[in-house]
Amino acid sequence: MEAASIAAPARRPLDPVVQFLQQYGLIILLAAMPLYYGIHDLAADGSLTRLGNNLVAGVSSGAIWALIALGYTLVYGIIELINFAHGEIFMIGSFTAFELWSITFGLTPESAVAAIVGGLLVTLILTMITTGVLNVMIERVAYRPLRNAPKLAPLITAVGFSFILQNVGLLWQGSSQRSIPDLIDSGAAFLTIGGVEIERKDVLAVAVTVPLVLLLTTFIARSRLGKAMRATAQDPEAARLMGINVNTTISLTFLLGGLLAGAAGLIYALYQTNLWYFQGFQAGLIAFTAAVMGGIGNLRGAVLGGFIIGIISELATNRIGNDWVPVVVFSYLILIMVFRPRGLIGEETREAG
Amino acid sequence: MTVEAPPRGPTPQSGVGGVVESWRRLRRMRYFGLIAGALTIGLAALIPVTAFGSTSKELDVAIYAVTYVMFALGLNIVVGFAGLLDLGYVAFYATGAYTVGWFASDHFSAVNGGQAVNFGAETFLTQGIHLNFLLIVLIAMVISAIAGAIIGFPTLRLRGDYIAIVTLAFGEIATVLARNGADIKIGEYALTGGPTAIAPIDQLKLPFLTAFDSATDIRPYYLVGLGMAVIMLLVSFALRESRLGRAWIAIREDEVAAASMGVPTVRTKLLSYATGAAMGGAAGAFLGFYVPAIGANQFQFFFSILILSMVILGGLGSIWGVVAGAISLAVIDRYLLRETLKPVPEKLGLDFSTTEIQFGVYGFLLVIMMVLRPEGLFPERRRKVEMTQGEGTDETVFEASA
Repeated sequence: MEAASIAAPARRPLDPVVQFLQQYGLIILLAAMPLYYGIHDLAADGSLTRLGNNLVAGVSSGAIWALIALGYTLVYGIIELINFAHGEIFMIGSFTAFELWSITFGLTPESAVAAIVGGLLVTLILTMITTGVLNVMIERVAYRPLRNAPKLAPLITAVGFSFILQNVGLLWQGSSQRSIPDLIDSGAAFLTIGGVEIERKDVLAVAVTVPLVLLLTTFIARSRLGKAMRATAQDPEAARLMGINVNTTISLTFLLGGLLAGAAGLIYALYQTNLWYFQGFQAGLIAFTAAVMGGIGNLRGAVLGGFIIGIISELATNRIGNDWVPVVVFSYLILIMVFRPRGLIGEETREAG
Repeated sequence: MTVEAPPRGPTPQSGVGGVVESWRRLRRMRYFGLIAGALTIGLAALIPVTAFGSTSKELDVAIYAVTYVMFALGLNIVVGFAGLLDLGYVAFYATGAYTVGWFASDHFSAVNGGQAVNFGAETFLTQGIHLNFLLIVLIAMVISAIAGAIIGFPTLRLRGDYIAIVTLAFGEIATVLARNGADIKIGEYALTGGPTAIAPIDQLKLPFLTAFDSATDIRPYYLVGLGMAVIMLLVSFALRESRLGRAWIAIREDEVAAASMGVPTVRTKLLSYATGAAMGGAAGAFLGFYVPAIGANQFQFFFSILILSMVILGGLGSIWGVVAGAISLAVIDRYLLRETLKPVPEKLGLDFSTTEIQFGVYGFLLVIMMVLRPEGLFPERRRKVEMTQGEGTDETVFEASA
């Protein structure tokens, strides 16, 4: 007996527990909140309608987080940098979208439906281009010169740029939260299934996000440039030797991230119907949590993480109170970092780029 | 004097012959550092006290400057010495300041049957807990150090940029707790006042002296702050030369190599978080006494970045550089942006106030410094070599796998 236990010193009594926690701890942690509130609802009202509403709202706001998280994950996958300024790109996207539709196109909630739909489509495209180009420019100015510097350096310029953009937002739209006209009557019910109401904004968020994500994954999986991105993510040096222009590829990655952030910005402005220069900071952290949860560098992980974080934060908003959402989300972030830094499906990190 | 025998970098190419050369000769003199340091500190004590009015704006700026020096020296231990990017430093300002809020005001109004618990504070106070300033600084340091170790713990296995995010998340949690603290009850007392500040805070009182009256004279506050800053400066120098300090620097340069040379990385990193946090807590306690009201709005992410900018401006790890960075940003933040440059935007026909562009100014500063002069204005020689020659090691040092 004793000899056997000496022969295998790695086996300690708590080992199976630790192993189990490392394997499933995160999943248990994630399932805990919906389960708890589900049981709570069943006991209190005898139905799951409230939880269902939370889930719907969670999935649709999660779509926004997923779009932002994709930007983090793309950039991280390729140059292993947390692009702190990404949340601010999203914020600038929101502001641009609002300016475009309200001032350039003069859309109001009273405009004709066709005008609103058409105007928003054009706005979406213009916003995406703006934020995409902005992201590329930031990479050019702030990250490219520091490609060979210690890791700390580009991280600090990223924080710096995040502050610069926040200040741009502050000067642009003022320092307090500003509510904007509800262009699409976002709270109106689109569809009701078993008491669970699916609102227009939910449809909007999912309808914009899903095609974009599909386009992005197809682009990365199928196109030549996508292949170059994957190669650069795996090994920049080898990619360069194979004739891939690494700098262009990195710029392209930032462009894609910026495009998605712009789309997220537009959805957010329509969805929340308010603007704030600080929205990007919060959103950036939430989306980063989503990216880490899915396994940073992994596209599918980022989308999955976005939806999960959306549900968690929606549950927190609805049940605990809006003020506490950051605490809940960041506690999850820290717990993930401790128990499973590679995320839910993070094994394929380097390859998924 | 211990000499670290730093690896010599490329010799600086300077064309400014004579002056530079004589400065170099001066620098090589024995006790140069000691004499220069004593002179600087003496002047720092004399000039503001004699030249500025007893409640003047300039003296106020000077008080903020010494406070920022304390904060920056604390952060420098974590970021500069140990190389762990901490973006949640505001948490320790909060722990320090709230220690003051709890133990130097009427916050716990009903303890001791409504009678004041008084320990070395002024005697006329009738309710709440009132402790002496020094005692509060000690408590603040202990609480902050514990908080620092707790924050540091989850980051131990992580790589550099993950550390930044986790500390940032902790900083945000701290600010949210401060903001919502009015809803958290411990017994019958709220944890914090939320956006409503905990006030009034007692006047700063040292043992055997009468309390200082900040309404009529803030010079004693300046001297106390300067004294604390000098102590932290000396502690910083001592730590850098100590076994622990060298272990921090070793970890910063190459964690794997440090570990294989027998540096206990976990303990060393945790100690750096705790030490940096304790200094931040002491500074926060001092600022809490000076402000003197503790409200949640004082604790924002911006503060972490402000302090980080000081450390980076001066030069990561360079103690005098950090001091210079803290003083210059204090002047920019508290004086130039708020007073001197205030009329400029209007004159240019622009519609914003200079305090609104703080974020941008510091963001710009961070970017410019990193792109043009990553080693800071007054770099430590050793660090300069690291920053300019790059480290080939960062690739695989902190793998975040489970």
